Amino acid sequence: MIELQGLTKRYGDKLAVDGLTCTVRPGIVTGFLGPNGAGKSTTMRMMLDLDSPTAGTVLIDGQHYRQLKDPLRTVGALLDAKAMHGGRSAHNHLLCLAQSNGIPRSRVREVLDTVGLTSVAGKRSKGFSLGMGQRLGIAGALLGDPRILMFDEPVNGLDPEGIHWIRNLMKNLASQGRTVFVSSHLMSEMALTAEHLIVIGQGRLLADTSMADFIAQNSRSYVRLRAPETERLLDVLAGAGITAVTTEDGHLEVDGTEAARLGELAARHQLVLHELSPQQASLEEAFMQLTAESVEYHAHSAPPVGAGAPPGGGAAVPPGGGWGADWRKKGS
Amino acid sequence: MAVVGQVLQSEWTKIKSVRSTVWTLGLALVVTVALGALISAFSRSNFDRMPVREQVNFDPTFTSFAGMGLGQLAMIVFGVLVVSNEYSTGMIRTSLAAVPQRGTFLFSKITIATLIAFVVAMLTSFVSFFVGQSMLGSHRTSIGDAGVLRAVIGGGLYMTLIAVFSMGVAAMLRSPMLSLGILMPFFFIISSILGAVEATKKVGQYLPDQAGHKVMQVVTIGDDAPYGPWGGFTIMVLWVAAALVGGYVVLKRRDA
Repeated sequence: MIELQGLTKRYGDKLAVDGLTCTVRPGIVTGFLGPNGAGKSTTMRMMLDLDSPTAGTVLIDGQHYRQLKDPLRTVGALLDAKAMHGGRSAHNHLLCLAQSNGIPRSRVREVLDTVGLTSVAGKRSKGFSLGMGQRLGIAGALLGDPRILMFDEPVNGLDPEGIHWIRNLMKNLASQGRTVFVSSHLMSEMALTAEHLIVIGQGRLLADTSMADFIAQNSRSYVRLRAPETERLLDVLAGAGITAVTTEDGHLEVDGTEAARLGELAARHQLVLHELSPQQASLEEAFMQLTAESVEYHAHSAPPVGAGAPPGGGAAVPPGGGWGADWRKKGS
Repeated sequence: MAVVGQVLQSEWTKIKSVRSTVWTLGLALVVTVALGALISAFSRSNFDRMPVREQVNFDPTFTSFAGMGLGQLAMIVFGVLVVSNEYSTGMIRTSLAAVPQRGTFLFSKITIATLIAFVVAMLTSFVSFFVGQSMLGSHRTSIGDAGVLRAVIGGGLYMTLIAVFSMGVAAMLRSPMLSLGILMPFFFIISSILGAVEATKKVGQYLPDQAGHKVMQVVTIGDDAPYGPWGGFTIMVLWVAAALVGGYVVLKRRDA
């Protein structure tokens, strides 16, 4: 269990982390989500006592990180893949970490085997690919068989097979009752692994909710309609007690009614339909709308979509598009 | 709390598992001995052509240490790399996550590095002395003569402290390039210029290397330094202590 209480970090007059209070519970994967520059890495560094907070505290199972005896046996962390001396072999890198925390030498071979680096154990990590470096970093996190694991953007640089492997690893670790805290800027990645979600933007807590609730609240399904006689269609729908919203490009959107029923209704009134399509707002869109106002670096000059607008409602968003659109297919 | 014995063991593994340790310390030994031998041989063949004043002041022990001026640069590189490697590679975040007690971390690292530097420096000093004396022929001195053994041990201590001073500076500055960019010219150029110019000589005498040289000298005729061999050595120790305290304060206070 990790408890953050009013955690704050200020760099000059810029507030990187702003009064963050939340709890990371054991037995589940908790996703730590936010756009680039939201303060995720800074928060994780403060959890490990690498950066000192301007205000607030982090408690690891009720203790400060600095008070932990042999911290690697309690918390294992992957911060960035290249946080190691490139001239040192994978085996020696893990050995010096093991020795500093009184972890038996035999664990080094075990974790190298777990991450699949046994064949390059004697090689200097300088020559490793980003994916191999990531695996060595994960081996370091697993070394002390810790109750709490923290991964900062663990799928970065991994190939599809590696991504699949790390997802399963995190789920397995959580199912063993461990606390797994993983950061990402990709909602689609979180939807596949995390059970609980902590979302931050510009250092502030935006959401602290279970993944199921987040999906229920944000993955609105609706039906898109297009007809030459839009006004008549609206009248027909209103007559049937169905509310439709007209979008900027002349489409109608209907919530909470099945596409089949709408089609039958139109047929009964001999209305021509050019489009009748069920839509699923993606989690990625929901996440983008949640954080839109807090994204620090906008790549375009278009005004951000208001956080209150219905997901998928804006004409600028392609229907069913976005990175997370297919999360349900993969997740089910 | 981290157990000091564990951290020392870990730092020993770290230092012996990178190549820079071997080549910097190897270079320090080879360069010091070779250059010292060369200059000793040169001194013997030119001794008769030297001015009388220099003949009287001739210090066979210090002459055999003539290679240390260059060899100490390799010691500086060793000291800088041992500490700043952690920062330049990003290893520091992994290291401090494993050992959050920053004082324990830094001083375990420096203890191990100092012990290794001490062994190599003593070896360098004794080998330089004996090789140098054999090159000096009839102008040589003996290890049994007054002050000679002290000077040879002093030479080893001097080389060790140069490395430790560099570790402290590197802990303060973090960047290997910045640390070397300050230490190299400081010891190789600035110190000798300050020592050579009459107006700044008094200041130069209190710099760590010039004060530290005193303990390696046997013949000190015409030397107007206001301190003896161990006085000079103490001045150098104070410099080293200041660098270590500075390095510790920086590590303690700044984010990794």
